[in-house]
Amino acid sequence: MSAGPLLETRGIGKTFGSVLALREVSMSVAAGQVVCVLGDNGAGKSTLIKILAGVHRHDAGAYLVDGEEVRLTSPRDALDRGIATVYQDLAMIPLMSVWRNFFLGSEPRKGLAFDVARARRVAREELRAMGIDIRDVDQPVGTLSGGERQSVAIARAVYFGARVLILDEPTSALGVKQAGVVLRYLARARDRGLGVVFITHNPHHAYPVGDRFLLLNRGTAVGEYGKDDITAQELTALMAGGAELEELAHELRRE
Amino acid sequence: MTVAADERIAHVGTARRLLIRPELGAVVGLVVVFVFFAAQSPVFRSPAGIANWLDPAATLGIMAVAVALLMIGGEFDLSAGVLTGTSGLILVTLATRFGFNVWLAMLAGLVVALAVGFANGLIVTRTRLPSFIVTLGTFLMLQGVNLGVTKAITGTVQVSGLRRAEGFEGASALLAGTVAVGGTSFRVAILWWILVTAVATWVLVRSKAGNWIFAVGGNEQAARAVGVPAARTKIALFMTTAFAAWLVGSILALRYTSVQANIGIGQEFIYIIAAVIGGCLLTGGYGSAVGAAIGAVIFGMADKGIVFLGWDADWFTFFLGAMLLLATLANRLVRRYAEQVRH
Repeated sequence: MSAGPLLETRGIGKTFGSVLALREVSMSVAAGQVVCVLGDNGAGKSTLIKILAGVHRHDAGAYLVDGEEVRLTSPRDALDRGIATVYQDLAMIPLMSVWRNFFLGSEPRKGLAFDVARARRVAREELRAMGIDIRDVDQPVGTLSGGERQSVAIARAVYFGARVLILDEPTSALGVKQAGVVLRYLARARDRGLGVVFITHNPHHAYPVGDRFLLLNRGTAVGEYGKDDITAQELTALMAGGAELEELAHELRRE
Repeated sequence: MTVAADERIAHVGTARRLLIRPELGAVVGLVVVFVFFAAQSPVFRSPAGIANWLDPAATLGIMAVAVALLMIGGEFDLSAGVLTGTSGLILVTLATRFGFNVWLAMLAGLVVALAVGFANGLIVTRTRLPSFIVTLGTFLMLQGVNLGVTKAITGTVQVSGLRRAEGFEGASALLAGTVAVGGTSFRVAILWWILVTAVATWVLVRSKAGNWIFAVGGNEQAARAVGVPAARTKIALFMTTAFAAWLVGSILALRYTSVQANIGIGQEFIYIIAAVIGGCLLTGGYGSAVGAAIGAVIFGMADKGIVFLGWDADWFTFFLGAMLLLATLANRLVRRYAEQVRH
């Protein structure tokens, strides 16, 4: 495994018409590392991951995969380079079974046909290997809980040889327990040597699992910290815009 | 955590699993409608009667199955009915007025039909306009072309005389002939319908393309995000519907050897209704080809059964509406079950 970063951005930027959605953001992720991208709504998190995932093309700065500059043409292009993205709300198709979702877009072939028997078996085995206990791979994904769905999506990305896993707010819609389950699979993917980009607005989810923390605000990076440089409290304070939070606390205090 | 979750979830039995099959409503409807007519009319349940009601089921079924695939893929095609007329008109006009061989005229009809399907698909995928509107546009345009061109060439609203064209015998035997089974002659269209249903079912449940069809209809964005070529899948589906329209148009043109310029108008909704009775959701992402084929049989039975009982044929539309309402109610229950999210 090379020591260099799997994925890197240098001063990357993106405008939509007259809106500067993202400017001058530099970050990198190496194998076995979890980089957390934190920011409030509208901070530019979505734009950043969409560039990383090949959905949007950046129009400033450089995007490097394995140290080489690239311009991704599509999500498929990103996948082919080993960059897999798990989106918050559109990770799965609710009416389709777990195994159909698992292999969607990368169906195993047997002659002309989709090797259905193999798809079922592999989906079951892979989920079990990640410690995900799915009752029945034939059930529609819509009947799974939010945490289970995210976990299936992560297992899927790992199986298909992702080297970098981008997770878009995987825990934000979940209860405490379910979020913990997703974080555990995230850590398991990291232990398998994947680079993980974990997008969240919750520092309590980011801190335990992250190695580096990139803070975004209003489309630009406002700080990057290693785990040793910062405590969970400091991270939380930074996230909320420290001064603002103090002011709020003051405001809310009982008279 | 899943251990705890498991305890709260009742065991999903085989019965429940069967209940959520998309075809279930159609199968129940099939049995009810058959028993209803067969109990009152001995002709209805005789082999000749069966051959009689399977005939309209076949031509409708070919279209309903193709439309079902399209609907599972999340789109509608309102131009499908009138396109059967366009294909038939091209076939008869070229063969009788321009001296084309019947086979060549059929090929020309196929090319035009596929081009219309491609155009429908391209406009829908490029503009992201609802296919309901786009194909309503092509429906009206084709309706105008069918009438306008036919009138300009023949001076009337129909073209006829296909029997005298070169190559008619062979093409007619292949698409419009009959097959004798145990002394009863069945239309060969029934075989085409079974073939179309079998191929569609295989594609849907046993091919890569089938997975993509369910996906683009279920959640197009998610499908695209995992690398499914959504636009190509949808365009292919529109072309499949157009192919079916060409097949049905050719079958009918060869059978009657003439085509009315207004044929097929209004049929587009019957195809959709048959597909919905067969378990397709109007919102896409769910349904079955076999279900749509069964939906077509129910139609064939009602269509002929009402005549066998000596009723006024006007009752057919009442029946149609009632079936549609019942089927959509059943579908809604299925969707609720499948999409139920447990946090």
